[in-house]
Amino acid sequence: MSLNVDAIRAQFPILARKIDGNPLVYLDNAATTQKPQAVIDAISHYYTHSNSNVHRGAHTLADEATRLFEGARDTVAEFIGAASRQEVIWTSGTTEAINIVAHGMAKRLRSGDTVLVTEMEHHANLVTWQQACLNSGAQLIVSPIKDNGELDIDAFTANLSDSVKMVSMPHVSNALGTINPITTLIPLIRAKTSALIMIDGAQGIAHGGVNVQELDCDFYAFSAHKIFGPTGMGVLWGKKAVLEAWPVWLTGGEMISTVTYQQSTWGELPNRLEAGTPHIAGAIGLAAAIKWLSELDMQDVHQHEQLLMNTATEYAQAFDGLTIVGNAADKIGVLSFVMDAGHPADIGFLLDKQGIAIRTGDHCAQPLMNRLAVPGTARASFSIYNTAQEIETLFNALKKVQMMLA
Amino acid sequence: MSQISTQEILDDLEFFDNWEERYKYIIDLGKELTPMPESKRTPERLVKGCQSDVWLDVDKQDDKLIFHVDSDAIIVRGLLVLVMAAYNEKSAQQIVDFDIEGYFSQLDLERHISPTRGNGLRAIVAKIQALAKAGL
Ligand SMILES: Cc1ncc(COP(=O)(O)O)c(C=O)c1O
Repeated sequence: MSLNVDAIRAQFPILARKIDGNPLVYLDNAATTQKPQAVIDAISHYYTHSNSNVHRGAHTLADEATRLFEGARDTVAEFIGAASRQEVIWTSGTTEAINIVAHGMAKRLRSGDTVLVTEMEHHANLVTWQQACLNSGAQLIVSPIKDNGELDIDAFTANLSDSVKMVSMPHVSNALGTINPITTLIPLIRAKTSALIMIDGAQGIAHGGVNVQELDCDFYAFSAHKIFGPTGMGVLWGKKAVLEAWPVWLTGGEMISTVTYQQSTWGELPNRLEAGTPHIAGAIGLAAAIKWLSELDMQDVHQHEQLLMNTATEYAQAFDGLTIVGNAADKIGVLSFVMDAGHPADIGFLLDKQGIAIRTGDHCAQPLMNRLAVPGTARASFSIYNTAQEIETLFNALKKVQMMLA
Repeated sequence: MSQISTQEILDDLEFFDNWEERYKYIIDLGKELTPMPESKRTPERLVKGCQSDVWLDVDKQDDKLIFHVDSDAIIVRGLLVLVMAAYNEKSAQQIVDFDIEGYFSQLDLERHISPTRGNGLRAIVAKIQALAKAGL
């Protein structure tokens, strides 16, 4: 079977939009994905039908809202293969999830300890660890990539030593599309260090097939908005034994067990890491997104994504004056490039006039852009509702861009 | 090249009836902008946009403010020429009095000059206006 892309597109109302009279070609999916009607409806139905605060009131709405909200946690736990629902912590996104871990880790790190990240980090997984190191006296080691955008595995292996207490790295690079071989790297890290392992799954989650128990990392983080769900919502998954002992993050209501004027004791997981009224509609929207995605055959999805990636790469390789940035053998969802004809901002601008949405700039990865010696790139990023025809439209539009800038 | 006036630009743009021609014109304006020497592209002169960078340098000649601007993106350079037509070699009073919003809306380019575009153009306009106010 192959993916019925027309049927999928029909479920995303925004894809019917026109931009300056042109049909929208949305190729900025690494920034955020569009939302299917099922997600929009779930959020809207919650607010029109069941809105209430959770865990608190002794009334019907509070009960409904709590069941939807906690049911969403079950949906996520099952989707990522968590050992228990208590391992799923709601956050505002990947960024907050990484901050919870980095903040807690900063209290444990000592001088002489090291934290290992890679050259391909999004600022969310770089600035956090850089600051945790600055605050604790630990040292940040940045494992190099090769010029093609792949992690240098030999150098990575050489960086694994007893002093490494934390390894945090992306599942998939947002700027280059490189898929890191985390299934082989994690056992390697385990064999050579006693480090905790965090995977930044912001770009990995939407491609399916994440099973945190099989991966055997300690933390996996992702954002709802990159997997067809709402913004302002995310997940920190962590191993129960690790999370149980994790320093509390925000303090306040919901996360406590008992409170006196002088002291407090903390609640159980997951509440102890979730202070305050949560993003209830966000959790419900995320669960709706996961249910929607889970109805698709993931093998078909994968095939379609691979087709888009290959099609884009072939067009790009045949295009005079265009250079692909990031040529990893294992890549998904992202075509980053520069053109002789002009600056990425010019390319983005002139594509927008033709109804094509891409992103240009440093992609929240300034050190990576410096490492690759580019001023930024133009990035087309694909999702399951994109078509090979849209990629053809992109490259025809790029011809026009090239002519106009000449 | 002698400086183009706002009226000449508005007249020129009037002439085009599709976006390609309008932007080709702006790109051509951008190509004619004298580049700022690398040595002058210092952090103090930099206005960082999230898409592209813009540099602004200012001199005074009698009561006129002389601006040098540049960008790493060609369309932004072209848009800078539109802004320079309004502000360059004008007195502080003329700059403060100029109706830049009216001009932008006549240019019909508001979307590309809007703050959310992050191309640094709005920031340049604000900076020039602040310089002029301080010089009154
Ligand atoms: C690889 C990666 N990590 C982290 C983030 C941060 O995600 P959020 O802004 O949703 O917290 C992103 C988002 O662009 C990303 O692509």
